[in-house]
Amino acid sequence: MIFTIAGREMRSLFLSPLAWSVLAVVQFILAYMFLSQIEVFLSVQARLVSVPGAPGLTEIVVVPLLANAAIVLLLVVPLLTMRLISEERRSQTLSLLFSAPVSMTEIVVGKYCGVMGFLLIMLGMIALMPLSLQSGGNLDFSLCAAGLLGLLLLLGSFAAAGLYVSTLTVQPVVAAVATFGLLLLLWILDWSGSAADSRLSGLFPYLSVLRHYESLLKGVFDTSDVVYYLLFIGLFLILSIRRLDADRLQH
Amino acid sequence: MAAMNGDTLVKVEHLSRYYGDTRAVHDVSFSVSRGEVLGFLGPNGAGKSTTMQIISGNLAPSAGQVWIDGHDILDEPKIAKAKLGFLPEQPPLYRDFTVDEYLDYCARINRIPAARRRPALNTAKERCGLTDVGRRLIGNLSKGYQQRVGIAQAIIHSPPVVILDEPTVGLDPIQIREIRALIRELGGDHSVILSTHILPEVQAICDRVQIISKGELVLNDTIEGLLLRMQASSLLAGMRVMPGEAELLAIAGVRAVEMLDANRVRLHYLPEQNPAEQLVEKAVQHGWGLFELTPERISLEQIFVDITCDEPHVAEAAA
Repeated sequence: MIFTIAGREMRSLFLSPLAWSVLAVVQFILAYMFLSQIEVFLSVQARLVSVPGAPGLTEIVVVPLLANAAIVLLLVVPLLTMRLISEERRSQTLSLLFSAPVSMTEIVVGKYCGVMGFLLIMLGMIALMPLSLQSGGNLDFSLCAAGLLGLLLLLGSFAAAGLYVSTLTVQPVVAAVATFGLLLLLWILDWSGSAADSRLSGLFPYLSVLRHYESLLKGVFDTSDVVYYLLFIGLFLILSIRRLDADRLQH
Repeated sequence: MAAMNGDTLVKVEHLSRYYGDTRAVHDVSFSVSRGEVLGFLGPNGAGKSTTMQIISGNLAPSAGQVWIDGHDILDEPKIAKAKLGFLPEQPPLYRDFTVDEYLDYCARINRIPAARRRPALNTAKERCGLTDVGRRLIGNLSKGYQQRVGIAQAIIHSPPVVILDEPTVGLDPIQIREIRALIRELGGDHSVILSTHILPEVQAICDRVQIISKGELVLNDTIEGLLLRMQASSLLAGMRVMPGEAELLAIAGVRAVEMLDANRVRLHYLPEQNPAEQLVEKAVQHGWGLFELTPERISLEQIFVDITCDEPHVAEAAA
């Protein structure tokens, strides 16, 4: 049942030009960043050879690419999640799901899986770029894997937050703007940490989605980072289910 | 709900629904048996759609309970919802899907096993006259066809209970006839609840009628009972030689005489005491020159207006 709903969601995405243009634009921007990063690497490569323990190909090209990809996708994911519920509510198609023998959990998880399926395709296309370097150099695969896992978890969190915001409104554009605001806020939460304000200074950076991604990008696989993302995703999915349930109670 | 009759497919008890302080539905109870077509009538904003949304599980009631084939819609939503098909006022269509894709999706979310999906889809399309448009985009179809897709969606899993909220809106007269025939056909082995404000539609296809007004059920009657209510209680007579009022009042059963002009008169009579026969006899006897005799019928419209407008004197006249 979940996959039926997920399948429809993906189909709907690909039937609209939005998904295609998002894929194209993201790929183009990241490809440009990738190429400029390679140029940097080529210019310093000669000097790096003489330095022991110097950063390699992966650190110089792949890690910055993934870090930039996270920022680009922060802008893009709200556009993909905005329609999930709000569009159905606006065109009043939600009652199709509500009067079918499907639980709220199946609806929410189905829709989440649908958008994640799309994001996985996007992630796969992004991953192809660093992997192509393998033909001419040596990649640190574990570092790449940690970075890609981090990006996947980050995208999962973005999508969950976007899905929840989409359940709150009837207007897809409002959902997009609100999701973007929420994600950006969660991103920059750790800025206040530098203000060195006693006890809180530890909390805000910890809540920041960026912080946990950075450690994964360094190749540090810490269970607590992964659990942070899983909790984040779970929290927003449960909130979405509760929100949809509440839909029937009040109008 | 152990005491429930096996043939009662829908049972609604003391249903109430408030939007904030606004009372949309208040203490509505009724039941629908297998093979019955129930017409739900009411002016705009009377609570028809709210009631239907509650029965279909789209909206939770503030109070009261709904059972679909013995299963409470709130306690066992999956079992209850598998047994109903719902067409909301606005058909829930994905405009960028083709008819086939859309109906296939509906079949899937209604948990029709893969092997039975194709036959179910074909049957639904056939019943709703959609065989030729299967590959077209729903968004490009005319309103009438979209409405049919909406109905097909509601019956694709051949549920015992079909709930249709204004199914013939936006259809042309031929399509309306087809859809009505379809609803009648559905009434054979399903229960159908149908909301409408088109009165002849109710007369044409429903077994039973309910009128809802300001959130309350004000009439619950069979079509036969309703026809009885609609029966004439007055005669219109035209005579060349108009007799005096007293002479007309003397005819058995005549309750009141209303002179319309020099040659025409309206005779009000008590129910079951139609004086037409005696009037004709007397007219021949006395040479009144009777040239017109029309039984006047109260239209369903009149009953509807009387009941929903809450004006006691009119209601009395209609009774």
